[in-house]
Amino acid sequence: MASADDLAFHEFEEATNLLAETPDAATTSRSDQLTPQGHVAVAVGSGGSYGAEDEVEEESDKAALLQEKQQQQPGFWTFSYYQSFFDVDTSQVLNRIKGSLLPRPGHNFVRHHLRNRPDLYGPFWICATLAFVLAVTGNLTLVLAQRRDPSIHYSPQFHKVTVAGISIYCYAWLVPLALWGFLRWRKGVRERMGPYTFLETVCVYGYSLFVFIPMVVLWLIPVPWLQWLFGALALGLSATGLVFTLWPVVREDTRLVAMVLLSAVVLLHALLAVGCKLYFFQSLPPENVAPPPQITSLPSNIPLPPTLPQSMAPS
Amino acid sequence: MAEAEESPGDPGTASSRPLFAGLSDISISQDIPVEGEITIPMKSRIREFDSSTLNESVRNTIMRDLKAVGKKFMHVLYPRKSNTLLRDWDLWGPLILCVTLALMLQRDSVDSEKDGGPQFAEVFVIVWFGAVTITLNSKLLGGNISFFQSLCVLGYCILPLTVAMLICRLVLLADPGPVNFMVRLFVVIVMFAWSIVASTAFLADSQPPNRRALAVYPVFLFYFVISWMILTFTPQ
Repeated sequence: MASADDLAFHEFEEATNLLAETPDAATTSRSDQLTPQGHVAVAVGSGGSYGAEDEVEEESDKAALLQEKQQQQPGFWTFSYYQSFFDVDTSQVLNRIKGSLLPRPGHNFVRHHLRNRPDLYGPFWICATLAFVLAVTGNLTLVLAQRRDPSIHYSPQFHKVTVAGISIYCYAWLVPLALWGFLRWRKGVRERMGPYTFLETVCVYGYSLFVFIPMVVLWLIPVPWLQWLFGALALGLSATGLVFTLWPVVREDTRLVAMVLLSAVVLLHALLAVGCKLYFFQSLPPENVAPPPQITSLPSNIPLPPTLPQSMAPS
Repeated sequence: MAEAEESPGDPGTASSRPLFAGLSDISISQDIPVEGEITIPMKSRIREFDSSTLNESVRNTIMRDLKAVGKKFMHVLYPRKSNTLLRDWDLWGPLILCVTLALMLQRDSVDSEKDGGPQFAEVFVIVWFGAVTITLNSKLLGGNISFFQSLCVLGYCILPLTVAMLICRLVLLADPGPVNFMVRLFVVIVMFAWSIVASTAFLADSQPPNRRALAVYPVFLFYFVISWMILTFTPQ
């Protein structure tokens, strides 16, 4: 009996070490519970944070994943290589979006939701949606403002689509690249937990941008303090998700590096939100939001097409 | 081909076969997944072998293609589950529609403002790169539709939105105002819904059922962006 137990735990430790060495395979999620000597008996007996049955399930998951990854390695020039990044169902994508909207301290987004199967569908289409929603709602704000105050000149502002697209995609792909590179560089300092793969970092950032979409739509409401409130809420949710995901990885680093990294991540995220607000929703001349100005501005609108207020602008 | 001739086949009948008979044994085996419709309908094969299309008048050639395009337009306007768009795909229709839309949407060149509507090239790029991206997305998700079939369907389903653009331009000739805007908004919304229904009728079946929403959402985004460009069009 005792020898069988020893064998089982020994196998688990081997699998752990193997997985920690190969950067692309599933890494252990229980590193904070285990000591390198593998006194797993204590950890399992006390239940950890996931429970005994989850541990068994994760071990078999890891073994299965290891096997899978060793079997099929299509080259990056084949179509099926890229197909493996889109191997998600609708329910899985929705689940990941929900996980990014409600970050919880115990649940690491990468381990709990991605489960080592990052996808490119979410990041790509969330960025596309966010870029177009930014441009459209920015333009809508101008329309609504012009209905209130006819001296404002309305134009479709199509160049904002280009600006939005480039800035969102650059943020969602270059910042994870920099973060991943930095984490790999600091890999030597960490003993137990390997860094996330590049795709997992991109996934985390992509799904964390999802909360900005309803925030941008809510920015249509032309009340300034409400806009800043929504912005702060969304930024808080999104940055919290990022921090909770990155914390297990940087925790083992020196305190200084960990603090600097996390604050840089949050700062960049805040810069994105504030930049979007200031560029796409330029603060227009303040006017009272009450309905009467709308009614009185309508008759003056009718004889003029919307693009000819240039003659009215000096007035 | 030499191997086919010398292939073992049936030893009993090998001696009584005429020359090159083994060629008829070459066929595409059933377990190679082939996308799209590759069988040539009998009618056009006979036509090819006749080579009469070389001798026909230019008018006949053009009318044949125009009739094919027109038939597909009808299939888009009255979407039923039919295979015509998929089986005989062509890209003439999407090209005509895209050029028409881009010509109508572009802002005047020189003295228009800097931040006006899209240029011709911008509309063109959005339509074609959008269609290519959606097609790639659909194939990466595991759909069994071929690249050009999907481009064909997406391009043809822009037809309702092009009609909406025409109507909007006509409506904009009248007095501007909130009624004007409401009419345009209503027309664009109806045509947007029509486009989505038409393209979904053709595209949805090619996806596995648990990923259908993932494949249809980009189509929704694509037509939404085009509708937005149509709605915000203001004549200079």
